[in-house]
Amino acid sequence: MRAQARIVAVADPVRGTRLAAMRGEPPLLPRRTFPSDSEGEVQLHLVGGAAGPLGGDDLRIEIEVGPDARLCVRSVAASLALPGPAGGQSRLHITARVAAGGRLRWLPEPLIGAAGCDHRTVTSIALAEGATLLWREELVCGRYAEPVGDVRIETTLRYGGRTLLRNDLAVGPRASGWSGPAVLDGARAVGSLLVVDPAWSDATSQEPTRCVWMAGPDDGSGRPDSAGGPTGVRRAAPEHSTAAVLPLAGGPAMLVNAVGADPRAVRARLDRLSVRRYVPERTARFRAIPIARVSPAASSATAGDAE
Amino acid sequence: MTGLATLLVLADGRLPAGGHAHSGGLEAAVSSGRLRDLAGLSGFLRGRLATTGRITAAFAAAACVAARTVRAADADADADADAGHDDALDRHRLDALDEGLDARTPSPALRRASRVQGRALLRAGRAIWSVDPAQRDRHHPVALGIVAAAAGLPPAEAAVAGAYGTVSGPASAAVRLLGLDPYGVHSLLAELAGECDRLAALAAARAGDPIDLLPADSAPLLEIGAEVHANWEVRLFAS
Repeated sequence: MRAQARIVAVADPVRGTRLAAMRGEPPLLPRRTFPSDSEGEVQLHLVGGAAGPLGGDDLRIEIEVGPDARLCVRSVAASLALPGPAGGQSRLHITARVAAGGRLRWLPEPLIGAAGCDHRTVTSIALAEGATLLWREELVCGRYAEPVGDVRIETTLRYGGRTLLRNDLAVGPRASGWSGPAVLDGARAVGSLLVVDPAWSDATSQEPTRCVWMAGPDDGSGRPDSAGGPTGVRRAAPEHSTAAVLPLAGGPAMLVNAVGADPRAVRARLDRLSVRRYVPERTARFRAIPIARVSPAASSATAGDAE
Repeated sequence: MTGLATLLVLADGRLPAGGHAHSGGLEAAVSSGRLRDLAGLSGFLRGRLATTGRITAAFAAAACVAARTVRAADADADADADAGHDDALDRHRLDALDEGLDARTPSPALRRASRVQGRALLRAGRAIWSVDPAQRDRHHPVALGIVAAAAGLPPAEAAVAGAYGTVSGPASAAVRLLGLDPYGVHSLLAELAGECDRLAALAAARAGDPIDLLPADSAPLLEIGAEVHANWEVRLFAS
């Protein structure tokens, strides 16, 4: 199956943002949805109009966010990569462009790699200088008690023409050592949150304040951390180190990485880290991004720890 | 003509370039309990070779090609003032490769470790071979390509030294940290030799590719572990 979706968001003097284009075809169907507090942001959900991605599928999503427009893209459910009837690889190409002053939040549900699948997601994000981004990517290695097929996720982030991040992740039978202690250590879920905020360019330090977070022994419960110093550095048993905030070189960006036994644990870690005070207070613009609403559970989980 | 012995000198863990101070993420994996025995080490080395090793091989080969061109242009320029027109282009390629590694290393701790090892290798290279004194602050794989070029080695050999180095360092650290059987540990290295050769051949074949198309395979737990490790007050290895 070949399918393409195209979404173009532009600034609107009355509503803040409007959709200049929203096209799709099964299984990529964008639907406008309405959050309670929109802040001039347009939100839409991708609705899966067919099973998949199945082996042989070639899916493309193109997103454009114009100057000062705000767009949030979510999906209604996890997508499940399955082997195709005639074999072959399934491919999903996501291309996103955000203009200066624009903001894109890409917060879909996880991708699950089923046994025998052969899937490749290629993401290419081009931000103009002054654009803001929140980009979540989550992968689950197999359904319940199922070995994962081959999944490869390739991500390129450019900011002002410079490549800030080139990050690929491969799991499955073809990826040597992927479940070993260097890569995932048997974790069945892995996720990342890519955050770009031009306000960090104005900060005195090139790299935002570093923060390492180590989960407590019963992490995944979603409860707020109780211990924490003013620097945001946590001390806990090292055997539970499963997530970190990684400020990127050469631009106002950071990657939050997390692994976990299941997607819920990974989401909890990403959510919790994304609302940490890992940036200096003076970069108030970052705090204005409603990052706490990454997922509905986040706001309650982190409310006690916000200030 | 440079022979195999030069490659052995460059790839030798006893080369005074500070490699012994780094465990390639192994210390963090051991202390966190992720790696306890030979089977764990086998998985660790395979994962590291497929990610960091693949990137190191690709960037060492690409940097070797660029550094050889710069050296050839410099030699031409000495003989004939008109030559060396694409010298600047290849110096720029070395800068771009360095930025390419920044983009492939989200962990600040790993970026620091790579630059520390790159600087130490270039210092050794200047003393041993005729490495360009202007090349000082480079990521380790780029430094390896530059030093290999100065030693007269081809890109594939720079790459094989790079791939092998990403597993031999942690392997010897595992013997020291866990007291594993050295014969067993070296059997693992011998098993991975073929994969090192394969990655090096791939790296040499694609040494001229645009930087964004070079390998970028990541290992989330090496990155997370490096950040955790960098915060310890007492550790045996620098990374």
